[in-house]
Formats: sequence, C-alpha cells, structure tokens
Amino acid sequence: MTTRRRVPRSATLIAGCVLAGLVLAVAVLSFFWLPYAPDDTSGDRLMPPGLPHLLGTDKLGRDLLTQLMIGARVALEAGAGSVLIGGLVGLAGGLAAGFATRWLDDTISALLDILIAFPTVLLAMLVTAAREASLGSAVIAIGLAMSAIVARLTRVLVKRVLAQDFITASRTSGTSWPRIILEHVLPNIWPTLSVNLALQFGLAVLAEASLSYLGLGAPPPNASWGRMLQEAQASVFIAPAGVIAPGVLLVVLVVGVNLIADGVRDVADPTRRRTR
Amino acid sequence: MTGDRATLLAVAGLHVRSPEGRDLVSDVSFTLDAGERLGLIGESGSGKSMTALAITGLTPPGMAVSGSVVFDAPGLGRTEVVGAGERRLTSLRGRATSTVFQEPLTALDPLMRVGRQVAEPLRRRRGLRGRALDAAVTAALEEVRLPDPERIARAYPHEISGGQRQRVAIAMALACDPALLIADEPTTALDVTVQADVLALLDGLVRERGMALLFISHDLAVVSRIAERVIVLKNGAAVESGSVDDVVNAPRHPYTRQLVGSARRLDSALDDVLDDWRAP
Repeated sequence: MTTRRRVPRSATLIAGCVLAGLVLAVAVLSFFWLPYAPDDTSGDRLMPPGLPHLLGTDKLGRDLLTQLMIGARVALEAGAGSVLIGGLVGLAGGLAAGFATRWLDDTISALLDILIAFPTVLLAMLVTAAREASLGSAVIAIGLAMSAIVARLTRVLVKRVLAQDFITASRTSGTSWPRIILEHVLPNIWPTLSVNLALQFGLAVLAEASLSYLGLGAPPPNASWGRMLQEAQASVFIAPAGVIAPGVLLVVLVVGVNLIADGVRDVADPTRRRTR
Repeated sequence: MTGDRATLLAVAGLHVRSPEGRDLVSDVSFTLDAGERLGLIGESGSGKSMTALAITGLTPPGMAVSGSVVFDAPGLGRTEVVGAGERRLTSLRGRATSTVFQEPLTALDPLMRVGRQVAEPLRRRRGLRGRALDAAVTAALEEVRLPDPERIARAYPHEISGGQRQRVAIAMALACDPALLIADEPTTALDVTVQADVLALLDGLVRERGMALLFISHDLAVVSRIAERVIVLKNGAAVESGSVDDVVNAPRHPYTRQLVGSARRLDSALDDVLDDWRAP
C-alpha cells in the first residue's frame, strides 16, 4: 500500500505552477508575437488603457503591454541565470567546505560570511563598473551574492549527512567517495536545497527589478519591470497603469515561485509524503 | 585458534587516541582466523566500536591510530590498514570486511529505496546489471528471510519495520561477500523477540558462507550464543580472552566475573518470573 508508486500531489505546488506558468507563458509568447516593436514610440504619451494600446503607453509613447511582455522574459532570465550561477558555485563551495579539513573549512566559512555581509547592490555596481550595465552583469552579481548563501546552507547539510550512519555503512562496504556524493549526499541535501533555490529564484527576480530600478540592469530597449516602475514613478497619479501592471506581475511571479518552493518541499522528500 | 584455518586478521598493539589525548583503545591484540567467530564484549565506552572502526580504517577524523591491523584475505594479499591510503582501503572494504551497525534506521539511506541500496554492492562486486541485478536483489532479500521481497525492495526504509530494516542491513553487508563480517551490536536496537530471530539468522548465514564474524556486544548472553571465542574489553584494554566456555564458566578477571554474575542474576530472575507465570 505505502510502497505503491504514486504521483505526489501538492495543492501549493499546483497553485504556484499556475501563477509562475502564467508569467512563463507570457515570456514565451513575447519571442513570437508582440503587439508593437519594443522601440516603437508612435503612440501618444501616457495613454490610459484601451484601444489600440491595451494597457496604455508610457511617457515616451511606447506600448506598455509590449514592455511588460519583454519584462517577463527578462525577469525569468534573471531568476534562472542567477539560480544557475548561485546554485552551481554555491553547491561546489559548500561541498568543498563540507568535506574540507578544519583549517580549510574555517577559511571558506569566513569568506562566505564576508560575501554574505557584502550588499548585493554594491556588488552589482562593482560588476557593472568592471563590465557594463547589462542583464548579464546583474545576473552575475545576484548569482555571486546568492552563491554565498547556497554554499553556507550546503556546507551545513553536507556535514549533517556525512555524520549519518548510512555514510559509514556505505563506506564499510567499499563505496568510493564520488559515488557516495552522487548516490547519498546529493539526494539527501536536495529536498532542503531545492526549496532554498526556489526561494532564491524569487529573491533574484526582486533583486534584478531593484537593480534595474537603479539603472544597473538591462539597458533599453529591453524593458525590465524594475525600470518600468522607475520610469512610471513620476507619472503615477496621471497614468497608474504603468506602475500597477509591472508591480502586479512581479508579485504574481514571486508568489508563484514561493508557492512552488513550498510544494517542492512536500514532494522532494519521500519521508514527508506519507503524512499527506 | 584452530591450526587448520588461515589467519584472516591480525591486530597487534592497536592504540586509538582521541584529539583530546584520551586513550579510547589501548594495546589491543588478537587474531581472527578465516571462518572463526569472535565476540568483543564490554560496556559502552569500553572501546569496542572504536576497535571495529579502526579495523576498517574508518576512525573519525582527528583520532590517532597506531599499532598494526593486517588483513590477509584470499585474493587480496596482505594489507596493513593503519596508515593505508583511502584508495587502498576502499578496495579492501566490502571484500575483506563489511559491517552491520546497531541502529538499522540510520544505517540505511532514508531517501533511497531499499532495493537500490542492496543493489549497489551487488552491482559493484558482481558486475550485475538490469534484470540480473533485480533478481540478485530479490535473492539477497530472500536469503535474510524477508517476506515479500519484491515489495520490500520498492519500499523506503521508513516504510518497513525495525527488524526488517536490520535484515536489509544484513543483506547489504552480505552482498559484498566479505571474508569478515563485523556486527556492531546488531540486535541491541531491536525488541527481544526480533533479537532472537536476527541472531539466529546471522548465525546461520555466517556458518553457511564460512565467513569470519566479529560480534560486538555488551550482552554476554548474546555473545556466548554466537561466538566461539571472546575478548573482554574494559576502558579500551583487553582484560580477558579465551573460549566462550572458559570465560563464562571460569572468569578470571574481576570485571568478567561481574559481567557473568549479572548475566546469571538476570537469567535466574527471568526464570523465576517465567516459573511464576507458568505455574501460578
């Protein structure tokens, strides 16, 4: 009965997938179809929602829906890119620290503490100064900041797994370290780590919006929700749609991703599945 | 002991010192022949588990191990464990020796189906894949008398009982087909009725395969049922050793006398209770 294979279900996971999927669908659609060209300023300035501009126009006469759709693409790219960088660098660092001798472990931990104390915005400004203001620079900065948090979590999780009897049991039967990492350590840290990575995805989306708001993100004509908010800020009372639309989508995406994180926790760990 | 069997393991002057400088094992020496069953007995903290870990080269980091632990397993050549590199030890572990631990719940990976955990050593040691591997897993689970092995192979450790888990752990240890099986308090975490079953199973399997057994326990009664020879450890040092009969019937060291005495007292108390219960 309990051993029968079944598809684990989680209401939060489904709700999260619907919300995040909505943004994903918009982003995918933006590659094939846009109402207007991103740099088309032919509309009147600050038009209210209606026809022919469904959500109205911004202060330069660009179509808001077009910008919003490109912004969805940028937000997802920022989240995915940051999680990829932060996840890989953080996992590697955390594994190294988890396996390291006392001395190396202390060194890595001290470095991580410094990196975590370093403000992401400051890091982003440094990266932007070294490269240029682009989505790539923002993603590198967010990913690096994230990797410190992921590494610290991974280190603790790895240490906890390594202290378990089944690792010793596996070693007494002659399993090699690489195999133990692949078969036992990674699967055992994954339920906690995947939840954290999903949460970090949401935080990365917000961080990218903040950086774009400050002008440290993707340059025009690639609209980012953060820059849309900044540009619409001055005219918020005349044309509120320019602030409301990107704000709502930002919330939808982040809440969706957080719900997915919650759902993943229930699904990824078979010892929790039984209680559902 | 018996001259016709080859020496499998020779431990000489084994010392294990903790990072704080405490001697956890001091000057323990013994030999173990192929197919011989040796009991290592002592209270908790007497260094018996640390001795077992030192034999497999798995003492926790920071422990200073000195002395000599030499394996002479058939087909593997003579190997000195103390000071050996990780690669050499990995090739030795599983083939020369494998271990069954006290707590079966933590000795199994909670996130891996039982079948895959048993399959891992079979795959590595016998090179089995696919169907043949599945069949070998089922056979291994059947060998430890697990009912419905196909179902158990698909289960996660938390979905089966404690006794079943320990049987799975035994199946995993035997799957390596080691020359020496180390059983570190394998029945302590189980309830009494299951204990007897698991003990009988272990005894039968080791006999069938002609494996050597190092049985570690604090329980003299349990050790005397399964071992031919015992070593009594106290505070990390061997205080007495000899055949089970000699040690139980004529203990020389005061500590051993105390162990035998308390086991006897428990036995007679149990008998009294049982007598009262049988003939009210």
